[in-house]
Amino acid sequence: MRDKLLYLLAAVAAVLLTWNIYKIFMVLPAEANVAAYKIVYFHVPAAITAFCGFFVALGASALFLATGNLKYDAFAAGVTEVALAFATVNLVTGSIWGRFAWGIWWTWDARLTSMLTCWLMYAGYMMLRRAIEEPTQRARLSAVLSIFGCVNVAFVYKSIEWYRTQHPSPVLSIRNGGGMGPGMEAPIYWNWLALACLATVLIMIRMRQEQVSREIDSLRREAHAF
Amino acid sequence: MLLRQALTIAAKDLRSELRTKEALNASLAFSIVILVLFSFAFDPGSETIMEFSGGLLWLVYSFAGALVLNRSFAREKDNDCLDALIASPAPPGALFLGKALANCALLLAVELVSLAAFALFYDVRIGAHQFWLILMVTALATWAMTVIGTMFSALTVNLRLRELMLPILVYPFMIPALMAAMLLTTDLMAGMSIWGNDSIWVRVLVAFDFVFTALAVVFIDVVLVG
Repeated sequence: MRDKLLYLLAAVAAVLLTWNIYKIFMVLPAEANVAAYKIVYFHVPAAITAFCGFFVALGASALFLATGNLKYDAFAAGVTEVALAFATVNLVTGSIWGRFAWGIWWTWDARLTSMLTCWLMYAGYMMLRRAIEEPTQRARLSAVLSIFGCVNVAFVYKSIEWYRTQHPSPVLSIRNGGGMGPGMEAPIYWNWLALACLATVLIMIRMRQEQVSREIDSLRREAHAF
Repeated sequence: MLLRQALTIAAKDLRSELRTKEALNASLAFSIVILVLFSFAFDPGSETIMEFSGGLLWLVYSFAGALVLNRSFAREKDNDCLDALIASPAPPGALFLGKALANCALLLAVELVSLAAFALFYDVRIGAHQFWLILMVTALATWAMTVIGTMFSALTVNLRLRELMLPILVYPFMIPALMAAMLLTTDLMAGMSIWGNDSIWVRVLVAFDFVFTALAVVFIDVVLVG
C-alpha cells in the first residue's frame, strides 16, 4: 500500500515537473536582458518547501516527545534532511540569480543571511544526529533541538523586516500586493506543488531507510547477545 | 522556591569556579589575546574602529563565552556529580536556571574586564550615561548567550565530540541576539541614542531572553532526565 502511494506520488511529481518546466521555459515570455529571472520558479518554491519542512519537523518532534514513538523521530529526521536539501537549492539558485542580476554571487542582505543562518542551524541538527549513537537519546535530544530551531527560525525570519534589505520585495500577491505580471505567478504555485510532491517522496524513502537501519541495528544487537 | 534552589546551585557553581578559576582564567586570557590580535587585523589608531567596535567586542565575548559554557555541565561529569544533581530534590528547571545564572555572572565579569581592556588598548572614551546603557545591552545579550549556551551544554554533555559539537550548535542559534547586541553596542559607542530606530533591537533582545528562558526551563527536563 505504502509502496503504491510512493510510486503514485513519484509519478505525479514527475508529470507536474515536466509540465512546469515546459510552461516556464517555452510558454512564459523571455525577458531580453535577464532570462535568468526564470530561476525564481525554482528559487521561491524551494524556500517555501524548506520552511514547510522545518515546521512539519517541529510538529513531528513535538509528537515524538509526547508519545515516545520512534516513528515520529524517523519522520522528523527525514523531513529535516529533505528540507535542508531544498534550502540548499534555494541558496544555490539565489546565488546564481544574484550573479546575473546584481553581478555578485553573494551579498549580506538580511534575507540571504537569515536563510543561511537557518541552513547552519539545521546542519547542526544533522551533525548532532550523527554524533549520538543510542536511538532514544538521539531522538530526544534532536527533538528538543528541532523545537529550539523552529522558534529561532521565527526570530531570524522576523529580522528581515527590520534590517535594511537589498533582496527584491516579496513577489507573491499573498504578501503586499506582489509585483509579477498576469499569468506569471501561477507557475510558482504549480512548481511548489511539484516540489512538495517530490519532497514527500524523498521523505518517504528516507523514512523507510531509517526503519530498515533500525531493524538492522536490533538484529545486530540480537546477534551480539548470543 | 524554584528561585531559591536555583540560587543555591548558582552559588555552588560560582564557589567551585572561584576556587579553581579554570574557566575564568582561560576565558580572560583568551579574550585579551583576541583583543591583541585585532590590533594586527586593522589600524589600531584609526577613527573607523568606532564603526565596528560593537562587532569586535561581541566576537570577543562570544568566543570567550564558549570556553565558560563548555565547562558548565562537563564539570559535573567527574565523580557522577551530574547524576547526583539530577537525583537531588531540586527540579531540572532550577538546576538549569542556577547554572545559567552562574555562567551569566562569570561571563559578565569577563566581559567587563575585556571592555576595560578594549577601551584602554584602542583609546575608546565612553560617557557615564552610555556606559550604563552598554551595561544594560551587555546584560540582556549575555543572558541570551548563557541561556542558549547552558541549554546546549546540557544537550551535548554526554557526547563524545562535546567540545566540537557545542560551538557548531551554539553560534548559529545566537545570531539574532548577537546581531542585535552588535548593532546596539556600536551605536552606543558612537554616542547615539538607542531609543529611536534602534529600540526594536532592544525588544528583540528582551523577547529572545524571555522566549528561550521559558523554552529551556520546560525542555531541560527532557534533555537531562528523559
